[in-house]
Amino acid sequence: MPDTGLSLESVVIRQDGRTLVDISDHIAPGEVLTVMGPSGSGKSTLLSYVIGTLSDDFAASGRVILNGRDITDLAPEQRRVGILFQDELLFPHLSVGENLAFGLRATVKGRAERKSQIEAALDDIGLNGFASRDPETLSGGQKARVALMRMLLSGPQALLLDEPFSRLDTERRDQVRSLVFDRARAKGLPVLLVTHDHADAEAAGGRVHRLSD
Amino acid sequence: MAATCESHSARARFLPWAPLLTVAIMVGPVAAGVLGTLTPAFGFLPALGGHSLNLQAFAMLFDWPGITRASILSVTTGFVATCLSLLVVSMICAAWSGSRAFRVIERALSPLLSVPHAAAAFGLAFLIAPSGWVARAGSPWLTGWDTPPDILILQDPYGVSLIAGLVVKEVPFLLLMTLAALSQIRTVQARQTAMALGYSPVSGWFKTVFPRVYAQIRLPVYAVLAFSMTVIDVALILGPTTPPTLAVQILRWMNDPDLSLRFVASAAAVWQLLLVIGALLIWRVGEYSVARIGRRWVMSGHRGGATRSVRVLSLSAAGLSASAVVFGLLGLFIWSIAGFWSFPDFLPQGFSTRTWMRHSMALWPTISETLIIASVSTLIALLFTLACLEAEERHGLKPSTRALWLLYVPLIVPQIAFLTGLQTLAIFTGVDGNRTAVIAMHIIFVLPYVFLSLADPFRAWDARYGYVARALGASCDGVLWRVRLPMLLRPILTAAAVGFAVSIGQFLPTLLAGAGRVQTLTTEAVALASGGDRRVISVYALTQTAVAFLPFAIALILPAILWRNRKGLRHA
Repeated sequence: MPDTGLSLESVVIRQDGRTLVDISDHIAPGEVLTVMGPSGSGKSTLLSYVIGTLSDDFAASGRVILNGRDITDLAPEQRRVGILFQDELLFPHLSVGENLAFGLRATVKGRAERKSQIEAALDDIGLNGFASRDPETLSGGQKARVALMRMLLSGPQALLLDEPFSRLDTERRDQVRSLVFDRARAKGLPVLLVTHDHADAEAAGGRVHRLSD
Repeated sequence: MAATCESHSARARFLPWAPLLTVAIMVGPVAAGVLGTLTPAFGFLPALGGHSLNLQAFAMLFDWPGITRASILSVTTGFVATCLSLLVVSMICAAWSGSRAFRVIERALSPLLSVPHAAAAFGLAFLIAPSGWVARAGSPWLTGWDTPPDILILQDPYGVSLIAGLVVKEVPFLLLMTLAALSQIRTVQARQTAMALGYSPVSGWFKTVFPRVYAQIRLPVYAVLAFSMTVIDVALILGPTTPPTLAVQILRWMNDPDLSLRFVASAAAVWQLLLVIGALLIWRVGEYSVARIGRRWVMSGHRGGATRSVRVLSLSAAGLSASAVVFGLLGLFIWSIAGFWSFPDFLPQGFSTRTWMRHSMALWPTISETLIIASVSTLIALLFTLACLEAEERHGLKPSTRALWLLYVPLIVPQIAFLTGLQTLAIFTGVDGNRTAVIAMHIIFVLPYVFLSLADPFRAWDARYGYVARALGASCDGVLWRVRLPMLLRPILTAAAVGFAVSIGQFLPTLLAGAGRVQTLTTEAVALASGGDRRVISVYALTQTAVAFLPFAIALILPAILWRNRKGLRHA
């Protein structure tokens, strides 16, 4: 196995004796692997396993290796795997800027430095001056961009996407989708995308793994 | 989430034990108390010279001339108050749920719930007394009365005014529980399906929704039944006097300087417990028969009608119940500032702040004592509740139905049955008569309410916020403190307000654990009842209400200020 990228080594997830997921694959930096399957097929379960929040109701085996580091038994906060869900899940009690600050790693020290990085990040996604805004007042596309940027600021080494575009209208979906994939490619992140939407898979352009039901 | 939150700090090691400890805090004293009631009831209490097991205390109890009446009164009060409250609540939901009127009713709930039982009872008493507001409103032009009529309305021997006092407080409680149950069931579709099949809204609701709602509110209903049978403070204000209800008589025996009467008191408490158990069994049998009749009614396919009359009837009943509290409080306010007020004048001849002035000095220490007890017991209950709920989340503990039963143990086992025993135990261990003992006792009753009101919103929180925060580098504790608790600020404050109001309303636990030396607004107000000075009673009852209402106001205003720019939390 190569030292960079995200490897799923014989990952098998079962529930009540039924096998939901059985996958072995390697995602190179900047590559997108799309996992497709109907709802209830265990797509999201696979992502829970990779970020480390799988419920006890499931029995899982296999290893997850990220850039040569075995993260299978690490706590979610130590894995450096970012995730975007179908909903943006911006923390509603924090402002847009505070949401980004939540993501920005603590190794960035000094209030002024952190503030300027957040301003720059907002600039980067075309939301200049939005720092003090209530996230609920943003449009769907703007929220999606903030959620992406919040995740990127946490310095992830891999990116998981759980049907992240399905709530947006068609036009926005294309914009946000290409923004996410561009950023991931630019940062050389391996991307694991689960979706039931063929357009997502086509836009991702990578290999497709199908889960049966 | 289970294995991902392992940590080795002392606090983290405590967390998995929190649910067990919480159950112990609530159920332990009840069990110990029942035991402490049982042994003296059968003659065993060495400290008072009881060394052998015998039935003397029961013999004395059944020799008491009032025993039959007091027992019957306890049972009838319980059944009638519970049936009436349940009837009003289910009719209101059947006839009005989903309407605009229903949303108004929902909004009136919290303030009504926060009014302490004693204050509501006083308010009602001053309304319906022969010289009360209702009589004044109709005199002399309608009734011809120039002096208060000589009829026994208050404290009537049949307990009618006592039942009324219970119903006005139990309707909002049961309605709140029903609303919580309704939100978990997809009721709208069920009723609409029934209506599409030609059923009237009311019978559609009773046939499709009520059975499922009742299954969810069964425990609160049992709590209401047990409470109505054994209530003390309301019975002291509105209940019959010769003989009083059984629970009141037990308290008299408990407080008698003649310590040998403790044996009778204990025997009577055991008897009271048996009456409650019997009543619960009868109620359970009643559930089966109602279910049988209901099934036959469903099978009959009758589409029903009478929607309009049920609507009018239920709304009037709920309106009457709510206005008894509202006008009762208004009456208390007028009395507290009344100058000379002769019958049948509708309003006093003058107003003055004299009563308030004269009692303000004595009020302050009582207010602060009440506030300290309520704040500490609520805070402790809140910490335990949060620890339980967080442990449930982190360690994947699934609460069972049996665990829910445990939560209701302190609410269903009558206070008088185990507090008498606890009191007996406390005297000989020397821990009674101080604030700490009172706080410890309050926690037993505050905890279940705080837990019940916080559990649903806590569990309903979208766990994906936690996953996102973890993926962004936050620890389990970080998620709890930085994301979950702030997002749940409003339900947490509401739960605290509920706990606060419960603590403020406690009469018997305060009286017994405090050995009469710890005075709260409730014990003071109830103690004034026998004196009959309406102005002073009003001052205490109103202060009690205000103190209980304050946290609800804070729970409403604080999130509105803190989250004024956070639309996403406006309805959280």
